Amino acid sequence: MASIAFTVNARSVEVTADGDTPLLDVLRNHLGLTGTRFGCGLEQCGSCMVLIDGLPEKSCRKALSTVAGKSIMTIEGLGTPSDPHPLQQAFIDLQAGQCGYCLPGILISARALLDRNKAPTRAEIASALDDNICRCGSHHRILRAVAQAAARMREEAPP
Amino acid sequence: MSLATPALPPLLKENPRLDQWARFETPGRVTVSTGRVEIGQGVLTAMLQIAADELDVSPDRIDLRTGDTTLTPNEGYTSGSQSMQFGGIAMRLACAEIRGRFLAAAALRLNCAATDLSMMDGAVCRDGKTTGQDYWSLADSVDLTRSATASFAVKSANDFRVVGQNMARVDLADKVFGAPIFIHDVKLDGMVHARVVRQPRRGGRVATIDEAAIRRAGKGPVEIIRHGSFIAILSADETVVDAAAAVASGHVTWDGIDPINPSQEEARWLLQQPTVDQSLGAPRPDDPLQADYAATFSRMYVAHASIGPSCGLALWRGGKLQVWTHSQGVYPLRAALARTLKLDPTAISVKHVQGPGCYGHNGADDAAADAAVIAFLKPGTPVRVQWRREEEFGFEPVSPSMVVTVRATLDEAQRPIDWTTEIWSGKHGNRPGSGGNLLAAEALPDPPPPPPAVEAVGPPGAGTRNGEPLYGFAAKRIVHHLIPDTPVRTSSLRGLGATVNVFAIEAAMDDLAERAGLDPIEWRLSVLPDPRARACVERVARMCDWQPGASIGTGRGHGIGFARYKNLAGYAAVVAEVEVNENVRVLNVWCAADGGLVINPDGAINQLEGGIIQGISWALKEGVRLDTTGICSRDWESYPVLRFTEVPELFVELINPLTDLPPLGLGEATGGPTVAAIGNAVARALGARIRELPMTRERVMAALLRDQSGVRSD
Repeated sequence: MASIAFTVNARSVEVTADGDTPLLDVLRNHLGLTGTRFGCGLEQCGSCMVLIDGLPEKSCRKALSTVAGKSIMTIEGLGTPSDPHPLQQAFIDLQAGQCGYCLPGILISARALLDRNKAPTRAEIASALDDNICRCGSHHRILRAVAQAAARMREEAPP
Repeated sequence: MSLATPALPPLLKENPRLDQWARFETPGRVTVSTGRVEIGQGVLTAMLQIAADELDVSPDRIDLRTGDTTLTPNEGYTSGSQSMQFGGIAMRLACAEIRGRFLAAAALRLNCAATDLSMMDGAVCRDGKTTGQDYWSLADSVDLTRSATASFAVKSANDFRVVGQNMARVDLADKVFGAPIFIHDVKLDGMVHARVVRQPRRGGRVATIDEAAIRRAGKGPVEIIRHGSFIAILSADETVVDAAAAVASGHVTWDGIDPINPSQEEARWLLQQPTVDQSLGAPRPDDPLQADYAATFSRMYVAHASIGPSCGLALWRGGKLQVWTHSQGVYPLRAALARTLKLDPTAISVKHVQGPGCYGHNGADDAAADAAVIAFLKPGTPVRVQWRREEEFGFEPVSPSMVVTVRATLDEAQRPIDWTTEIWSGKHGNRPGSGGNLLAAEALPDPPPPPPAVEAVGPPGAGTRNGEPLYGFAAKRIVHHLIPDTPVRTSSLRGLGATVNVFAIEAAMDDLAERAGLDPIEWRLSVLPDPRARACVERVARMCDWQPGASIGTGRGHGIGFARYKNLAGYAAVVAEVEVNENVRVLNVWCAADGGLVINPDGAINQLEGGIIQGISWALKEGVRLDTTGICSRDWESYPVLRFTEVPELFVELINPLTDLPPLGLGEATGGPTVAAIGNAVARALGARIRELPMTRERVMAALLRDQSGVRSD
């Protein structure tokens, strides 16, 4: 057992658990942040994507001990119904999703892309999301939604 | 009010009480119940739209109840693209009748004719002015326990205000914000987490189990329970139970399991197996092998490959069993659980909670049964079972491999006058409500018998689905060879047999067009009598600017695929443009579809798009792999699906979606036509046809070599 301190969605937390505990379990079961989904536990599908110090990482095999002192953002920290992130608004506007199980992971990957590329092309968006699997076939809408969010963000915060 | 009143549809006959569909218990609110469940297809939104229009209430007044054996109508399974065609019409008629009966009651109270009255957002109006009466003030004077008569006219297209609009999906925002709406997020007080050590196959008996090794791996307190060959690992801590489950199958040995020959993964294995044979359609010709055209097509087993492994929860307390599931059918699951646990169905309640997209019969029912069996053995303790990724891939029922041979006898103009589609396939229907067994039941003492070796040939059919072309040939027949005993469990996947049958039929159509010296689209239109079908083909040709006479073998090509799903539901014509070097890359896809009245056009297009993208994935990438123990493609590397960088541009249009023609299911309409369109586009790009799915790099190379050597596979 170890006591590990880090921040989640700008909130300081301290979790006491085995240091090998997957971050995904910590988020879902210890912290009640179930928006990050379990998809494979094999780092293959991207359903469990979170930002760790701003970079997209799969949380299903990330040991708790490795995030000590780090800053984590989950889907719950991206935006809320009353204050949606432009990505979330664009996904709703374009109805980009079907079952929606993969969406939190995809939104996190997209957020990481837009942090480093304000005007991504369709190919760049696809490439940034290639670690995320969507099985329902909403890809086409998701690609358009990310592009629309990027455009909206450029309008709101011109360089 | 132009529509003639239809007869009582089956779902209304089975769930006749009007209050099974809508109630007015809270002032200003309407509770609408549907037995249909949300599986990402937008059905709740569509039902809301239907109810809002037929009741004349604003959609935001409606509280929807769905998929709950204690609360909602029994609509069997949410499957087969039937929700609008069957569930929707039942909802329409029930709500129209409820509105009509309330208006009649208002007329009595207001001493006027019902025809003088109308409903506006739940308020009774006369001459456009409110009367002080509404659904809630009248609720005591209308008996909704009475049976529906379907004698009240539903609205026509001109009167719709909500139906036909692109209403935003009621479930999607929660998904975008990561709300705890999935079954995986359900938390019950005192809940234990459980994993099952799966019986490798039916008939397997536990020989040895090293419980100490399993406990050691858990690094925390673990309980192991065993009943017959059903083994479960339990812990209050999910991390602990996961760690134990990860190694558990390596610490259990089994008797009664014969090794599988991995070559059974190839569809051609089916041709050597005992079969149960049925024919449908025109009598067989004297010498079926005397055909002018014959070609054989095949596909490997295909997984549902849901993005989230299945999950189920259950609680057995005080003689009652509560179950939470993402199954497509809460009532059939309840019946199967009752058989398994030897309980009266009324002692069991099953509630649907949303899950990841399933596309058919995946592990959802089995995970619920796992939870139910464990809960039954642990009275008073809520049990949550989460399948592992490897478990979902390894033990969910898969879509059967298939071999399809098309034979045609041609007239002098090279037009088919006699057509046979001969199909070899395992069973496409093994849901617990259609004769299939729950996995847990097979591991318990006294397991149920194997599912019966029968499958209706239709229509709508299962393995035979869409086996009969819609084209106007004088004599058409389907010959069906059911292979009852397959090395892996098989069941329903989106489209069932239609995917491979349409692939085969449409490939044959292109082959025959080439023989006749006609363009594929011109050829189809020359033999396609149904005007709605023709309209789809003509529209998609315009959308993609189809060029007749495009050259063959350039490495790039367009191909068309068409079908009317089940020959009864929605129509879809699809054109794919592909580029082939060593791999096939789909560049663009166009689709024109006719689903009659479309409740939510954007929702329908979303479904058609999803079917196209899944179809591309099936066509190019997907095939379940076997080793001597069973399915060995147990992760996303060994079972690849289409990724974002492989997704083409899509262009989808609906033909005449606001119409008084009845709704026709569209959710499965594009899969088969997409696979067929890609097959035909690849054939034109390569100048050589690939007849086996998936069209992998190896098959592209083999087709090129075969073509160069002049050897044809037919």
